[in-house]
Amino acid sequence: MSKTILSVKNLDVTFKNGRESFTAVKNVSFDVYEGESFALVGESGSGKTTIGRTIIRINPASAGEIAFDGRKISGVIDKELDTYIIRNIQMIFQDPMASLNERATIDYIVSEGLYNFNLFKDEAERREKVFKALNDVGLLEEHAERYPHEFSGGQRQRICIARVLAMQPKFIIADEPISALDVSIRAQVLNLLRDLKQERGLSYLFIAHDLTVVRYFADRIAVIHQGQLKELAATEELFARPLHPYTKSLLSAVPMPDPDVEKDKKLIVYDPTMHEYETDKPSWREIFPGHFALANEKEAAEYAAAYR
Amino acid sequence: MSETSNPILKVRDLEVKFRVRNKELTAIRRVSLDLYENETLAIVGESGSGKTVLTKTFTGMLESNGRIAGGSVEFEGRNLVDIKTDKDWEAIRGAKIATVFQDPMTSLNPLKRIGVQITEVIEKHQKLPAEEARRIALTLMGKVGIKDPEKRFSDYPFQYSGGMRQRIVIAIALACKPRILICDEPTTALDVTIQAQILDLIRYLQREYNFTTIYITHDLGVVANVADRVAVMYAGQIVEYGSVREIFYDPRHPYTWALISSLPTLARKGEPLFAIPGTPPTLFNQIVGDAFAPRNHYALNVDFEEEPPFFQVSPTHFAKTWLLDPQAPHADPPEAVKVMRKKGNIYTESGAEASR
Repeated sequence: MSKTILSVKNLDVTFKNGRESFTAVKNVSFDVYEGESFALVGESGSGKTTIGRTIIRINPASAGEIAFDGRKISGVIDKELDTYIIRNIQMIFQDPMASLNERATIDYIVSEGLYNFNLFKDEAERREKVFKALNDVGLLEEHAERYPHEFSGGQRQRICIARVLAMQPKFIIADEPISALDVSIRAQVLNLLRDLKQERGLSYLFIAHDLTVVRYFADRIAVIHQGQLKELAATEELFARPLHPYTKSLLSAVPMPDPDVEKDKKLIVYDPTMHEYETDKPSWREIFPGHFALANEKEAAEYAAAYR
Repeated sequence: MSETSNPILKVRDLEVKFRVRNKELTAIRRVSLDLYENETLAIVGESGSGKTVLTKTFTGMLESNGRIAGGSVEFEGRNLVDIKTDKDWEAIRGAKIATVFQDPMTSLNPLKRIGVQITEVIEKHQKLPAEEARRIALTLMGKVGIKDPEKRFSDYPFQYSGGMRQRIVIAIALACKPRILICDEPTTALDVTIQAQILDLIRYLQREYNFTTIYITHDLGVVANVADRVAVMYAGQIVEYGSVREIFYDPRHPYTWALISSLPTLARKGEPLFAIPGTPPTLFNQIVGDAFAPRNHYALNVDFEEEPPFFQVSPTHFAKTWLLDPQAPHADPPEAVKVMRKKGNIYTESGAEASR
């Protein structure tokens, strides 16, 4: 087993608004290993983006602990560690139309992080770093002088990735990086992310709602619903032996590009009130080796029996 | 079904142009299309392929810088291209041909109660008294799956979830019992589990109210789920159309091949996904030959010179590619397409009739 690069333990994130409070993330724990793509799958409002934002310290953690590269990064940290996190954990956002400064050149956009942290000796080195990042994502040096509006959606997402790469991070949080893109462009961006992982051993937290994309990209998948992890397993294991009813409903809902399959499909609807948790409380259990699910005593036995 | 019934809408050689920054752009390049009564037709294409613009000509909703430069759209004995004023459009738009748009957040008025937004459509188009309109609205809300419609009638849109709002938008679209319902990416803004429910709902309502559906989408999963027939659009033209099984299991146009090949569902893990090189052509210029040729591994010399006609593959299946010309060399389709052929139990050589 390789080294753990990111560790999330019993994380709670609560938003307060006056006297009201809302817990968006409840008792979430998972580890991401070095060189791994770990996917967090869930629907809107499930808390998946909040987890990503809490890791890069945009949202504070209300309880629990996050560790990166063996150091605790949640709560109060010193300036040096803060800089270290910003450099090494970078985020790619969903909409490349909204995440680039329209009035800045690509050259400035890609080097903004370098400016902020003085990551270059002189102008020549800065330009070299920018060109390298652009080349890495399949763009040309001449693109550096242009503005975002001159690029298509797929190219803009590549600029976002170049901006991230210029920082030479160890860990990338990709929040729905392809859902705003056209089908043919998606493949380009997915291939790029995959190549970068293979070439530099980058680790990813891949946040998505589309299980077909996640199946192709991720090594392990965690399914999140209403702020709680419901299931976690290696990708093919999750597809072969889904345990939690919510995972099953998600799998049943994904439309497959295959008319005969779609014709016979049965939609499974998940009803959160179906669990009998009054006396037999649920906990995070390892049902099969490396395959976890949120279940109480009775459910755990049923889940294990279902695939015997 | 589609083979036996008559076209409810006939598009012939339609051409749509837009004026953008003093230059003219041809968004729809001589498209012909038949829509059959009670069928579900899916129009697939990437952004900018013209799928939305095409259907906007059916309801007179082209932006003010756009115009129909040629062709006809025949519906109920009328050529819709001749309708000029908004007043004349009122008899068609909403009443006979209704549209459900992508984002339910923007298609509802945030300041008006849900119930009023449904009843005002009924009162206006069907000239019914308020009491009657309210009764119809409540029935519709029940039909689209709103629990306890009486109670939710006076709520505002913000009190509804995204999926529930899209249900209301569908209720409004159906309020005048349209003959054609255009669903423009109706589920793109929704979660997968909600998406599946909305697709089921539209299917159920189609049986209940007997309308014809046009889906506009880029999601081939949705297409496989809903469509009887599929039309694939590229650069302002339909390049291939056929039954849903023909398009998925026996596609013939290299662009359709490319779309299917780029799906992550068919890819093996660890291998790169097929990505279509380049970008779609700019529609400001006159396109010579096959618009897809510069991005197409299968392009023949003739593709750069002359626009291909439609070749017939089966009585219901047509593709606009020179590869189907009897003189064309044999083209071996990509692996993903062969996988799909096997899935659909289709064993044919290129050019031969598909067997069922």
